[in-house]
Amino acid sequence: MELNASLSLVRPEIILSFSALALLLLAAWREQAGRLISILAVAALSAAGAFVINFMMKGTNLSAFDGLLVNDAFGNFSKILIFIAATISLMIAPRFLENAGAMRAEYPVLILLSCIGMGVMVSATDLISLYIGLELQSLSAYVLASFVRSDGRSAEAGLKYFVLGALASGMLLFGASLVYGFAGSTSFAAIGAAMDAEVGLGLIFGIVFILSGLAFKISAAPFHMWTPDVYEGAPTPVTAFFASAPKVAAIALTIRIVLEAFGSQILVWQQIIIAVALMSIIIGAVGAIGQQNLKRLMAYSSINNVGFILIGLATGTEQGISAMLVYLVIYVAMTLGSFVCLMQLKDKDGGYREEFADIAGLSKTRPALAAALLIFMLSLAGIPPLFGFWGKLVVFNAAVAAGLLPLAVIGITASVIGTFYYLKVVKVMYFDDAADVIVENDDKVLAWTGGVLAAANSPLGYFAIPALGIWTAYAARALF
Amino acid sequence: MNAADIPVLSIMLAIPVVAAALCLFVRAELARIIALSATLLNLVLGVWLWISYDPAGAQWQFTESATLFGPIGWRLGIDGISLTLIMLSVFLMPICIGASWTSIQKRVGEYMAAFLLMETLMIGVFAAQDLLLFYIFFEAGLIPMYLIIGIWGGQDRIYASYKFFLYTLLGSLVMLIAMLWMIQFAGTADIPTLLNTDFPAEAQKWLWFAFFASFAVKMPMWPVHTWLPDAHVQAPTAGSVILAGVLLKMGGYGFLRFSLPMFPEASADFIPLVFGLSMVAVVYTSLVALVQQDMKKLIAYSSVAHMAIVTVGLFTFNQQGIEGAIIVMLSHGLVSGALFLCVGVIYDRLHTREISRYGGISVNMPKYALLFMLFTMASVGLPGTSGFVGEFLSLAGAYKVSTWATFIATTGIILGAGYMLYLYRRIAFGPQVNADAAAMSDINGREMWLLAPIAVVVLWMGVYPETFLAPIRRDVATIVARIERAAPVGDSKLKLVDPTTARYRVVHSPEKNMAEGSH
Repeated sequence: MELNASLSLVRPEIILSFSALALLLLAAWREQAGRLISILAVAALSAAGAFVINFMMKGTNLSAFDGLLVNDAFGNFSKILIFIAATISLMIAPRFLENAGAMRAEYPVLILLSCIGMGVMVSATDLISLYIGLELQSLSAYVLASFVRSDGRSAEAGLKYFVLGALASGMLLFGASLVYGFAGSTSFAAIGAAMDAEVGLGLIFGIVFILSGLAFKISAAPFHMWTPDVYEGAPTPVTAFFASAPKVAAIALTIRIVLEAFGSQILVWQQIIIAVALMSIIIGAVGAIGQQNLKRLMAYSSINNVGFILIGLATGTEQGISAMLVYLVIYVAMTLGSFVCLMQLKDKDGGYREEFADIAGLSKTRPALAAALLIFMLSLAGIPPLFGFWGKLVVFNAAVAAGLLPLAVIGITASVIGTFYYLKVVKVMYFDDAADVIVENDDKVLAWTGGVLAAANSPLGYFAIPALGIWTAYAARALF
Repeated sequence: MNAADIPVLSIMLAIPVVAAALCLFVRAELARIIALSATLLNLVLGVWLWISYDPAGAQWQFTESATLFGPIGWRLGIDGISLTLIMLSVFLMPICIGASWTSIQKRVGEYMAAFLLMETLMIGVFAAQDLLLFYIFFEAGLIPMYLIIGIWGGQDRIYASYKFFLYTLLGSLVMLIAMLWMIQFAGTADIPTLLNTDFPAEAQKWLWFAFFASFAVKMPMWPVHTWLPDAHVQAPTAGSVILAGVLLKMGGYGFLRFSLPMFPEASADFIPLVFGLSMVAVVYTSLVALVQQDMKKLIAYSSVAHMAIVTVGLFTFNQQGIEGAIIVMLSHGLVSGALFLCVGVIYDRLHTREISRYGGISVNMPKYALLFMLFTMASVGLPGTSGFVGEFLSLAGAYKVSTWATFIATTGIILGAGYMLYLYRRIAFGPQVNADAAAMSDINGREMWLLAPIAVVVLWMGVYPETFLAPIRRDVATIVARIERAAPVGDSKLKLVDPTTARYRVVHSPEKNMAEGSH
């Protein structure tokens, strides 16, 4: 009975698991059925998403498997966001991978497996289940990064990601074992209870190692080094996926472990988070300035944005978490949109271009694409009236409400550095003479996805503010 | 339908946006016509706004309120000060479109769209009654202006556009944090409520500095004015007109709407800072203007000097000074806009802004020389033009606070006469040394239509300023009443016991002063 109740709480993950296995079997017989399997994978994600929405509507807040997992509003909110991002990643990929000669049936299967891992990550309430989810997600990601095997950069990206990811997992495990040793349990609730009393040096070491491992997963400075290489090397749809869904999952996981396990000792982790946030903002901004490759630029941009998101966590308040979730939603829309635009940069030989020089004067040859990129770049920079501004605003508002004024001032001042390179993209597209290498895009899926996401990032997005505020507040409340 | 029920401000904000969207999809000729019609329509609505505005009515009129965007309240409303500045914006916009009619030949649709968006954002800044909404309008103006300078600008446009964007952004972001703090403290972002919220004196200082960082850059005050000459020189003519005409006024409007009434104690504490920077600005930028070889740069530096008189006037804490500052803002918006148009007229013919390339053009361009002369005189502050009224009032107000600041600021008028007359002499008078300059044709009908309306308003404001003072008088009085508790003690008091001056003294009773108004 207990098992049945638990199983019913993880129905979305079960659906995804069986779909992934069934599609893997299908893939074994129909090697060329990549598109069909992608469609089926989207259907599976939708079905799983329907269950998640159902849980969310019912306001479920129950523990499963003796406290290994929890089904609460926070996890469900994150899952919805992850599934949407994964769906978009599945939709935009086929044409790109076909052109690269790598549209194999395993791509949607790997995305599904990764989604199962992320589902576990965001609902884990135990160090063991956390690690299982994280590894399932990471292992799928390593394979996805090197999905275009014939491309040396892709293979290199996969290998780099794997080696460094293994190192980070090791750090995380080491920290987990220290925490287990000093707190006497792997369950978040029990660790939290143990931390109510004195916090010894061993426990602090454990926390630092766990946070370091997680910082790697969310590509926060100083553990960001892998990001530019992996983002550049991985096929662009995969990069879009990396920049969206796994980031949401890892950040949600970080929020949960920090608040549920270490929540009672805010002073122990707050300064770490503040330091990581500011370093990410500054390194993300400064590192991007010299980049010539747009995907590397986006990698630094994601480091920069993670810094802003972490400011919400540094507050440790319900408002802060809610602000982070708002930012995450907008961030997913911004970053997916940017990559969708980058994927449309095709030259007349059908090759994909990703350098600054290639988009020179894009506004003359491809005005709609340039306008969309303009919206995404300035939205990422947080310039009003674009929707990205709202994300920054709520995060900084939470910081001000929590009394972290110096952090808010330094953070927002540093965002000017970031604005410089976003403006550079606009400058190259609008002010420079046309390089005329990018030809008309023939992929309607990309055009439509890009258009919809651009509209969401335009001032039209402001109409979503009330709904977004209610849902994120509801999700954040589940943690307090 | 009752006039009060029509959301006229929202309509004025929506018209340019719709027109901008249309402009992006049509060919050049049609885009020009759409842009001109939309701006003229807004001008008509503005005039209607002006006529329906009741100077004796409620403080905030034409108010609208909607909660579409959650915490960002769509609250609009205007008082007399906003009204005059909105009028300035809608008056200059059709002129800007007209000024770009032939000089802009590439990417006309996008150009017109950028200008129309600019108009929406300018009206929005002056009409917003929600702090966050204000910030969004205030900051969003950077994007179209960045594109205007960067795409249609001159040689060094890219450097200028970056500098403009990043400089103003840095200033504004600190203000955003201060705004968030104020919203937390007061529990509302409603500007009329915040205007009557008393912030703790210690917090006021920090808040004041945060707002100062933004408005001083926008204004611009010395030493953060350096973006202005670059932006002005590189921007296309109409871009300079809008920059000088309206965007600079956002800084003054910000001081008037936020810094003074929300932080009166801090404003009083920082009077020496404001006056000090303004004094330096007046003298320094006037001297710099004197040696410029580039016409646009000269006018740009003169803008900084004029804006310094605005800041002096605003921080006098009395009716005269603040009214004067507002009139200087309006006058400068018209006059410097007109001067940039004048530069544009001859730039379109000779494609150079270098002063020495002209000379003696009053011979072949008499109509142009006449109008140029008028605007030069208005810039100098000759009685009978708008420049005189504002400068006189603000300096008279300043005299009550600091005789030294007034003395030094007044030298700006003398220096202003110096550089403006010198400019005029080199361009319009003297021998016709350059053959191509001597062959230029006089202004055509279109250019006449751009300059003549401004000339009329400049003279109107100079001869009968009451039209423009009437709507702002009560609102300035409200601000003065609000900040009175912190008003500084002036140094221009006569010694009561001094027998040598006693016989010249005229005693004014306060009642009499009130009844007369303050002029």
